[in-house]
Amino acid sequence: MTVRIAAFARIGEILRSGTLELSLPGGATAGAAWQSLCASFAQLAPLRASTRLVINGALADDGTPLHDGDELALLPPFGGG
Amino acid sequence: MHYAIVDAPLDLAALIAAVRTAASGGLVTFVGYVRETSDDGRPVSGLDYEAHDELALRELRAVGAEASTRFGPARVAIAHRVGSLELGEAAVAIAVAAAHRGVAFDACEYAIDQLKARVPIWKRERYRDGDARWRENAPATPPAS
Repeated sequence: MTVRIAAFARIGEILRSGTLELSLPGGATAGAAWQSLCASFAQLAPLRASTRLVINGALADDGTPLHDGDELALLPPFGGG
Repeated sequence: MHYAIVDAPLDLAALIAAVRTAASGGLVTFVGYVRETSDDGRPVSGLDYEAHDELALRELRAVGAEASTRFGPARVAIAHRVGSLELGEAAVAIAVAAAHRGVAFDACEYAIDQLKARVPIWKRERYRDGDARWRENAPATPPAS
């Protein structure tokens, strides 16, 4: 299956793009998607504890299952205002 | 009321017009500007903001809804800018109208504090020496009840 990764701020810089398509085995979780990205972008690994995972607009965690076509957003700590 | 994530200069007058009614006895505004020095003393040339537009707007509405009832009835409007901002430009603007000033002051402070903690917006400081850094807000402190 394919999910769309939406990356923001420093995570977007690490992935060198605000969005990318990620191919994963069927039944993969948000945590598996993160691990897959870390395999390609090692600088991502230390940021897991401070990063919020959001699937199709809803807060998720490592165990939340992904489905084909989902958007997984990676949100680093906020800096608005 | 009025909530927006915009990539054009903010219009404070429009926010005031959106919240002020014949029942408004007090109106409080907060505007956050791009200032010339960072918290750690570096000369700043500008700020870049980005947002998860859909989530940010949803969370702005939630913050506004809370602020409009938490301290008493109030009318709240919030706009946050995204994109590349120069020194002196407004990054965020909030207008709160209420029957009396106390509610308006409290609701306005609540709105900016919660915005900084909860709304998915990110800020990159550009420095005059050409360097740039993503800057994170301090961890949220629970709102006073």
